[in-house]
Amino acid sequence: MINIKGFFTKWRVAFAALIASVAVVLMPQSSTAEYADVVINNYADAAGMRPAVFPHWYHRIRFRCKVCHADLGFKFKAGGNKITMAKIIDGQFCGACHNGEISWSVENCGMCHSGIPGTPTSIHGSTIQRLVAPTYKALPKDGQPAPSDAPADAAPADAAPAEAAPAKAKKK
Amino acid sequence: MKKINFATIVAAGLVCFAAGALAATEGATKDSMQLKPVKGEEGKVSAANTFNRLLKKDKARNLPPPEDGIHDADNEGTHVLQPPLVAFEGLPKTDFGNYVDWVQSLQKGFLNPRYDRVDPTVEPLVMDLDIVREVKASVPDVVFPHKPHTQWLHCSNCHPAIFIPQKNANQINMSAILLGQKCGVCHGKVSFPITTLSCKKCHSKPKPDDWKPPLSSASVKNPWR
Ligand code: HEC
Ligand code: HEC
Ligand code: HEC
Ligand code: HEC
Ligand code: HEC
Ligand code: HEC
Repeated sequence: MINIKGFFTKWRVAFAALIASVAVVLMPQSSTAEYADVVINNYADAAGMRPAVFPHWYHRIRFRCKVCHADLGFKFKAGGNKITMAKIIDGQFCGACHNGEISWSVENCGMCHSGIPGTPTSIHGSTIQRLVAPTYKALPKDGQPAPSDAPADAAPADAAPAEAAPAKAKKK
Repeated sequence: MKKINFATIVAAGLVCFAAGALAATEGATKDSMQLKPVKGEEGKVSAANTFNRLLKKDKARNLPPPEDGIHDADNEGTHVLQPPLVAFEGLPKTDFGNYVDWVQSLQKGFLNPRYDRVDPTVEPLVMDLDIVREVKASVPDVVFPHKPHTQWLHCSNCHPAIFIPQKNANQINMSAILLGQKCGVCHGKVSFPITTLSCKKCHSKPKPDDWKPPLSSASVKNPWR
């Protein structure tokens, strides 16, 4: 009465079809970069170099945030520091350590300039990138503007690429 | 006696399950056909009715640089870079972000990153002060612990640019955090991200037993209630 074999094959077909369709949906997204990797590409592409990739995980094993973000003055904004090679060889930003003393020196271009050409400036794996819909905005309360309207923390226009991902999602 | 009862229940359960599964099989055959557009008199059935239409899940964790989607595998330097998993071996784990519990790694002494660029002996300026922020919603109240923050960061990283150093002087809500402001300047970017699994890291102080969520006035006033 109960056809066990047929039962399993039918389920298997259904399951395979489901997996296949889910795989197709997932395929084009490629946000598999390590959490907090920063691609910096304000100028690199334009100068014919691959974008620079800064791995937070690698550096925070060796240095606390304070070293870079307080002592060396890195602002909390991907692309917001306008890093150039001129500044690096003067000992600023990456050059404070990648100087042949604390770490390997700048002639190792390909160690930093390792990004896929055309990748925009962005921090990867961020919560905002992973949202299904553009960020939720709170209702204005007691006449106070919603936090998103506050200009204080608004991104400077030149650092726009960091917001490129959610903006794209909106257009879809 | 007990044993027989149990077996009977299990057997009955299995029969029910089989019957249910049989019914489901009929459904499943139709479902699997629905995944492909079917041409009938009424035209095409949408192929869009798939499961997990918007679910974003990590396909793999901590991929090595040449496979991570941002590093160029054609660049020789890429292959010299360290794969994260090699470095994370033995560190306490979490279920989000880098999948490493950075706070425990530090507090248990697995890692001791430098607090100074050149001098490995400089000790961080740690302050142990918890700030509790009551939350109107039903989620547990937020405890902001200065200790793990000052182990990594300097006071000037937060004060005064992100937070006025005075209890409750700052307006904070989830919307701002998700937009990358307040706690969201770091959380969701470099420090642990905002996901269902991490809510209770911040929302860590349970509400009192007699706590009830406030009612929306629109519903309280509703005459048809
Ligand atoms: C320690 C990491 C590091 C190393 C090593 C490095 N760079 Fe850069 N470089 C950067 C960063 C970061 C930027 C800023 C990228 C941007 O915003 O586009 C940059 C920018 C550039 C730019 C565009 C901006 C400018 O200054 O004109 C060029 C060209 C460039 N690098 C070439 C090189 C070359 C050639 C080498 C090897 C001799 C090299 N870099 C080594 C980190 C590095
Ligand atoms: C070795 C130096 C270094 C260390 C250590 C470091 N960072 Fe960064 N951080 C950077 C660089 C470089 C950038 C990118 C800046 C740019 O693109 O101009 C950055 C960017 C950021 C951003 C901005 C992300 C965005 O786009 O909004 C945040 C937030 C941040 N870091 C937090 C941290 C935290 C928290 C720690 C400690 C756990 C930390 N960083 C440790 C160098 C460092
Ligand atoms: C506070 C010091 C410091 C600063 C600032 C710094 N680095 Fe580093 N970086 C290091 C050290 C130390 C290493 C490890 C070197 C070693 O193992 O010999 C390293 C290694 C690296 C690596 C190799 C990681 C691997 O997988 O081996 C890359 C890529 C890198 N840094 C990029 C950058 C870029 C890009 C910047 C600037 C945006 C930067 N770093 C700024 C200290 C620093
Ligand atoms: C990660 C960000 C961060 C860092 C780093 C930080 N604080 Fe705070 N601090 C806060 C927050 C958030 C509050 C709570 C503000 C509120 O409730 O509105 C606070 C509150 C305070 C207060 C007010 C306490 C009260 O009872 O009114 C003082 C004082 C203070 N911080 C001092 C410091 C000092 C000193 C350091 C460095 C040793 C430091 N903070 C580092 C985020 C930070
Ligand atoms: C300037 C960056 C920064 C800001 C702003 C910040 N944090 Fe953190 N926070 C960190 C870092 C770095 C850690 C260490 C753990 C990590 O990186 O995941 C941390 C850890 C924590 C922990 C400890 C988790 C544990 O495992 O014990 C809690 C709780 C926390 N943050 C809550 C908050 C809250 C609440 C706010 C806002 C009021 C806030 N943080 C703002 C950087 C920040
Ligand atoms: C980085 C720390 C942090 C994490 C992670 C976090 N929250 Fe919050 N949350 C806060 C803070 C701070 C507030 C504001 C508390 C107050 O009113 O002072 C808040 C407020 C809230 C509120 C009250 C409404 C509002 O917007 O003020 C809700 C609901 C909430 N959080 C839910 C969540 C959920 C769900 C998660 C997990 C997906 C989560 N939170 C993760 C820090 C966090």
